[in-house]
Amino acid sequence: MTLDLLPIGASARVTTVGGEGAVRFRLLDMGITPGVTVMVRKTAPMGDPIELHLRGYELSIRLEDAKNILVDML
Amino acid sequence: MILALAGNQNSGKTTLFNRLTGANQHVGNFPGVTVERKSGIVRGYKGVTAVDLPGVYSLRPYSPEEKAARDFILNAAPDAIINIVDATNIERNLYLTLQLIELGKPMVIALNMMDAVRGNGGRIAAKRLSEELGVTVVPISAAKREGLDQLMAAAVSAAAGKRLPKRLDFCGGACLRCIHSIAGTVESRAAIANIPSRFAAARLAEGDGPMEKALALNAGELGAVSRAAALMEHETGLDRSAALADMRYSFIEEICARTVKKPVYSKGQERSIRADRLLTHKILALPVFFIIMFFVFFMTFAVIGVPLSNLLGGGISALALGIDRALADFGLNPALRSLLTDGVFSGVGTVLGFLPVVLTLFFFLSVMEDSGYMARVAFVTDKLLRGIGLSGRSFVPMLIGFGCTVPAVMAARTIPTERERKMAILLTPFMSCSAKLPIYAVFTAAFFRQNRAAVMILLYIFGMAAGLLCGAALNKFTPRENLSPFMIELPGYRMPSVKSVLMLMRDKAWDFIRRACTVILLASVVIWFLGSFNYQFVMVEDSAFSLLGTLGRFIAPLFAPLGFGEWRAATALITGFAAKEAVVSTLAVLTGNAVSALPDALGGIFTPPAALGFLVFTLLYTPCIAAVAAMRRELGSAVSAARVVLLQCVIAWAAAFIVYRIAMMFFV
Repeated sequence: MTLDLLPIGASARVTTVGGEGAVRFRLLDMGITPGVTVMVRKTAPMGDPIELHLRGYELSIRLEDAKNILVDML
Repeated sequence: MILALAGNQNSGKTTLFNRLTGANQHVGNFPGVTVERKSGIVRGYKGVTAVDLPGVYSLRPYSPEEKAARDFILNAAPDAIINIVDATNIERNLYLTLQLIELGKPMVIALNMMDAVRGNGGRIAAKRLSEELGVTVVPISAAKREGLDQLMAAAVSAAAGKRLPKRLDFCGGACLRCIHSIAGTVESRAAIANIPSRFAAARLAEGDGPMEKALALNAGELGAVSRAAALMEHETGLDRSAALADMRYSFIEEICARTVKKPVYSKGQERSIRADRLLTHKILALPVFFIIMFFVFFMTFAVIGVPLSNLLGGGISALALGIDRALADFGLNPALRSLLTDGVFSGVGTVLGFLPVVLTLFFFLSVMEDSGYMARVAFVTDKLLRGIGLSGRSFVPMLIGFGCTVPAVMAARTIPTERERKMAILLTPFMSCSAKLPIYAVFTAAFFRQNRAAVMILLYIFGMAAGLLCGAALNKFTPRENLSPFMIELPGYRMPSVKSVLMLMRDKAWDFIRRACTVILLASVVIWFLGSFNYQFVMVEDSAFSLLGTLGRFIAPLFAPLGFGEWRAATALITGFAAKEAVVSTLAVLTGNAVSALPDALGGIFTPPAALGFLVFTLLYTPCIAAVAAMRRELGSAVSAARVVLLQCVIAWAAAFIVYRIAMMFFV
């Protein structure tokens, strides 16, 4: 499944980081690499962006970018 | 000796910089970009300058900030790098560290916020970490001033001894083979380009187009690079950029497992999560945000800022009056006296009167920024602004535009990407500023007595709608490459440091005063000259016969299609460039009325549709001179600022034309 579909509160392991260009580089730089565990903490009032917990910190990304990240739900 | 401070955003870099340099700071820009560059002499270390690099997460050349940081280290050749690492968020912070190490410069790591780590019952074996990374690690707490002497001693000794990082290889296997093979291929090219070959190789391994150009690789070398990368991709099963990121993070995970002990959630994080239950709540987040902003506006415009501004303005006027009298007694040439009192004092005085408003707003803004709330604002408002290519980061600066364009433009500094910052600056003037309210008040009292509130609200909405349209158009026609994605860290809430807040306010105050005494002084004198002399350069009593009046008559036909091709209206618009309030006072002077009697007199100049056209024009035309000066500074170019002025005037003309024509149909 893709990260944007992960329910709030659920954790998942990232398998593939898709997308291209600067967005993908930034995702990788921020620590969303294959194998990392992420948890969806909440969504913003309008449903987008979402707040993730990974590598001990909180990161907010947009749903359109989360769509490019393949995960296995834990 | 130059020390470069490099680190992630929210790593406490600015706090450390302030602690090291105290008040001896110099603010400028990095060459070629509007990325702020602060430098200062380190206290107690004569001849040691610290340069605060922009907060970045990586050294990729994809944002002006990253490029500025990287170019500074490569080209300005600092004697050592101080890498600030947030110990409470060590994994992600060390990612930048590994890239900095590859640059092969003398370096020390300042492991910041160790007090918080200890407070959580965590531990970081600094010595062990130091051995693993091959770089000296000094535990510090910038906020509590712990370890700063040790840090400076380590940095100075690393710089003086030119001690390089002891280790460059962070993994074995496929990635390392790939990097080594590429490093061998490009070694001579890197030497010519003066880029460390190891750094160049790692960038090339993950696919860095600008680096290929910087090294001027030929076809054969490019082929060798892509063959090495393809082999690595085959062996790791990941594409090249993921493989390198994975290599770095895997290494970080390994050394953290050996050196770091800390709870899953620190106390600060738990506090932040609790606070966010309200502050980023699904339904309550936006209402809470608007209440906070209302409070900020209320404090600024009703309680602190504006009353102080009035006081300051009154003080300046009283001073001007006193000086005027003294000069009259002295028998100074009346023209010179008028220049000093009507030109210099009233012009600069009016603008300086904004100072308390600007400072009060910046006080609240920096508290919001430093506490970590601003990142939440970006999170909750992002979706509202996405359609026009902006992100949640632009929301607050635009909102401030309703108060005053000057601090709004200055607040755009908090937007981390250059493209978005420029867009936000261009769009703030569409948010009708509070200085335009007197114009609306007088005109609605004169022409729309029954629907005053409705007309005013419509004007505000009209301004926002025009901004929205303009933003969508700009978004479409400005290049999107190098677009920094919206991905923001939501840092733990922190108590803002009093010192940092005060220093920011001091910087802004200086900036503002400097501008008032240069650009604005000059412009005030020009406007005074135009308003006091006629074309024979003879001083006139009645400004109707001045150059300004002549100019008003000259450009008045421009406004005929909008219904107010009348010289007094045109003259008022020209003086409105100095300050929007001047539109009303000029009309009062030129019609020979007090401002209170003005609504009755306006009927002689405007028809109701023309009044509507005039209102729309004043809503949208060029921002005042203080705002234009702020734009010039923040956009980093006078040409860009002039373009904004021109664009606003054209848009205002077109919008006023349409509104006037439509209104004509209803009023006939």
